[in-house]
Amino acid sequence: MTAAIVLAVLVVGSVLFSLLSPWWFTPLASNWGTIDTTLNITFIITGAVFAAVSLFMAYAVYRYRHRKGVSASYEPESKRLEFWLTVVTSVGIAAMLAPGLVVWDEYIRVPSNASVVEVVGQQWNWTFRLPGNDGVLGTVDARRISSENPFGLNPDDPKGQDDVLVSSNELRLPVGRPVKVVLRSVDVLHDFMVPHIRAKMDLVPGMVTYFWFTPEKTGTYDIVCAELCGAGHSMMRGTLTLVEDAEYQPWLREQPTFAQSQTGDGPGRRSALAQNSGDSGAGTRGPEPGGSGH
Amino acid sequence: MAQTAVIGDEHAHDEHELHEPKGFVRKYIWSQDHKVIAIQYTITAIAVGLIALVLSWLMRMQIGFPSSLEFIDQEKYLQYVTMHGMIMVIYLLTALFLGGFGNYLIPLMIGARDMVFPYVNMLSYWTYLLSVLVLVASFFVPGGPTGAGWTLYPPQAILPGTPGYEWGIILMLVSLVIFVAAFTMGGLNYVTTVLQARTRGMTMMRLPLTVWGIFVSTILGLLAFPALFVAGVMMLFDRLLVTSFFMPSIVSMGQPLDYAGGSPLLFQHLFWFFGHPEVYIVALPAFGIISDLISTHARKNIFGYRMMVWAILAIGALSFVVWAHHMYVSGMNPYFGFFFATTTLIIAVPTAIKVYNWVLTLWQGNIHLSVPMLFSLAFILTFVAGGMSGLFLGNVVVDVPLSDTYFVVAHFHMVMGVAPVLAVFGGMYHWYPKVTGRLLNERMGKIHFWFTFLGTYAIYFPMHYLGFVGVPRRYYDFSGIGFIPDSAFTLNAFITVAALIVGVAQGIFLFNLVWSAFKGKPAGGNPWRATTLEWQTPQTPPVHGNWGPRLPIVYRWAYDYSVPGMEQDFLPQNYPPAREAAKAARGAPVVTETTP
Repeated sequence: MTAAIVLAVLVVGSVLFSLLSPWWFTPLASNWGTIDTTLNITFIITGAVFAAVSLFMAYAVYRYRHRKGVSASYEPESKRLEFWLTVVTSVGIAAMLAPGLVVWDEYIRVPSNASVVEVVGQQWNWTFRLPGNDGVLGTVDARRISSENPFGLNPDDPKGQDDVLVSSNELRLPVGRPVKVVLRSVDVLHDFMVPHIRAKMDLVPGMVTYFWFTPEKTGTYDIVCAELCGAGHSMMRGTLTLVEDAEYQPWLREQPTFAQSQTGDGPGRRSALAQNSGDSGAGTRGPEPGGSGH
Repeated sequence: MAQTAVIGDEHAHDEHELHEPKGFVRKYIWSQDHKVIAIQYTITAIAVGLIALVLSWLMRMQIGFPSSLEFIDQEKYLQYVTMHGMIMVIYLLTALFLGGFGNYLIPLMIGARDMVFPYVNMLSYWTYLLSVLVLVASFFVPGGPTGAGWTLYPPQAILPGTPGYEWGIILMLVSLVIFVAAFTMGGLNYVTTVLQARTRGMTMMRLPLTVWGIFVSTILGLLAFPALFVAGVMMLFDRLLVTSFFMPSIVSMGQPLDYAGGSPLLFQHLFWFFGHPEVYIVALPAFGIISDLISTHARKNIFGYRMMVWAILAIGALSFVVWAHHMYVSGMNPYFGFFFATTTLIIAVPTAIKVYNWVLTLWQGNIHLSVPMLFSLAFILTFVAGGMSGLFLGNVVVDVPLSDTYFVVAHFHMVMGVAPVLAVFGGMYHWYPKVTGRLLNERMGKIHFWFTFLGTYAIYFPMHYLGFVGVPRRYYDFSGIGFIPDSAFTLNAFITVAALIVGVAQGIFLFNLVWSAFKGKPAGGNPWRATTLEWQTPQTPPVHGNWGPRLPIVYRWAYDYSVPGMEQDFLPQNYPPAREAAKAARGAPVVTETTP
């Protein structure tokens, strides 16, 4: 009896909690309202099934609790019932899966008019690179990374000379235009996460990953790292500021290009990226125990 | 088959002569008896589980009450997180379900005298113990245990910047490799025993669902653990010999490293090729145990037995083609998303069928709210809640905002942490009387139950909503993140308090385990009036060889409860049909005595 009541109260309480609790999605600042829609569809279907199954169980526990002289029925199976339950379940599953796959198809197809921004992760900060006037990012190689060339750009690649380097943890983007975010890591896995954007992706050393979104609401949003990247993981923060184009252009002009950073006469500061580098010119080494570490 | 039984008899006599006089050490330490090995596995798993419990308290203290314990720095925090996860998944749950329940129940439930390879079975336990000791040793090496997260993703697992990259990760990988060897020895035994040593009349479709769950789970393990073994060996090479299986060109802390050309994603594929079946390795035995507990304590046959068996097999097969749903935002080819989302949501169908059949078994039952039944009900509710949140994470695009947040932590704790542990508790309250001859104290059991069930629900149900907010997991410090409201910190403090209470409540269970062994109510041979063979042994606890001179003969399935027209509300599997009974009355060989 008590058990049946507690089960029922738990279910009702869970539903009320969902409706009344202050914890829900962060306000959306990108085009990915469709992700929220699929999430809501899933939430409603799964919530209904959870409540139905659990309340049915609670009722069965109440209705068929042990009483003297009453014995259980004997019913090994019911093909019809099992068939219909399978069909109904499959329909519910399809109702969640189908819209999910449609939105995923959108997620992985970058619009042709998207501008490009590169996110570079390194323990434990973010830096960014924009393609400059030619609209193309210059080639990079992890083996070229040094305190003089923290992004590892190929100095002989003409496409890289005008690349704009943002060596602080703050990235600005103009609203209204789709952005393809390409991601690269210098050392370990990271994940570029801004909850307001919904979209996210891991940064993987040795490869370039991507996702896209369209900034829609101006404002300042936290960038956090969502893939465990060592002791400083929770401190790997950044800021994404979404602004109108008129505010974007002056900021963009302040950032140095690769060519300027090499000659040292650019408007921007020298990168703080390689501040931990120590004597990086002393040759390569494996991760021996007791090495310089952090 | 009759011949098998005879051979079994001779074998048993031999073993009695070889075994009995050797005294305490041979009987309880270097034992080849599956029941003793089961208890060794269980005690070791519980002991190492207690370490994991304390680690969870420490990490929850940091999350709920940041910096209240000064010795927890960000490195220690990650070490606690990592060791808690690895111990719980591998060294507690896998070992307890298969090494513990599997060892104890398989021979008894199928009517065998022991596992088919008792010596290998003994080696399996001692190898497992070695893996545990290597694991625990990593707490005492310079730099401490690894803090790479239980997923051990390279490159960070073996690079400076991650705690324990010096020695901890090496011991972790060595321990896992040893564990896989131990599991393989045990696993081959369980599978072979189920296939070869079933007593006369015990067809596969008469097996109790507990045996089905453990059997299929073991097959999954035998196919999945090699992937972990390979990944572990490769990462050891990367770490010790500077090979580059998983390591591309990297600049670590400003230092270019000697690695080149490896793929961090390769490790993730290998890890989850093991890691996802691992979820079902701990879930399927739980499914089986819950099926049997519900049927027995509701005095009703399990509903849709054949469908339940097919569902276990379907889940087992499908579990090998869903692994990359752990990698939707890993940077793998995005077209994988379509495939893995589809397979993942399909696996929900057989899983849902199992849930329906459990609650339909309760329907029109005669439900005794014993402690095992209470744990079974709690299992179903927790499993359904956690299973539902799995449908978010499996559906690729819905996973994108939720991955790596507390939604994931809440989901997997409910579905493969709490739910299996509730099944373990239900199973222990149920089978303890067979192991010791005494019942666990019911009052203590109920107190333990309510604290555990309501406490874990209070921890993990609200935690999902932190994930909706976007709170990232494996964070030492949440301060200064704009999208996390103050109320989330209050919720975290609440969850920590609940976790401490649940942890302390486990003390009641441990006390009960010890106290009842001496002072518990004597149980008799079959206190739950159950049908399956383990309750029909001539002695309780069963002696070496289990069955006395003759093996039981099976005449019926495992779920003849409340059969219409019968006097008692259960018919043991070895209870002969009327014709056989008449033969027995004329003096033909009888089956083992049953105590109604």
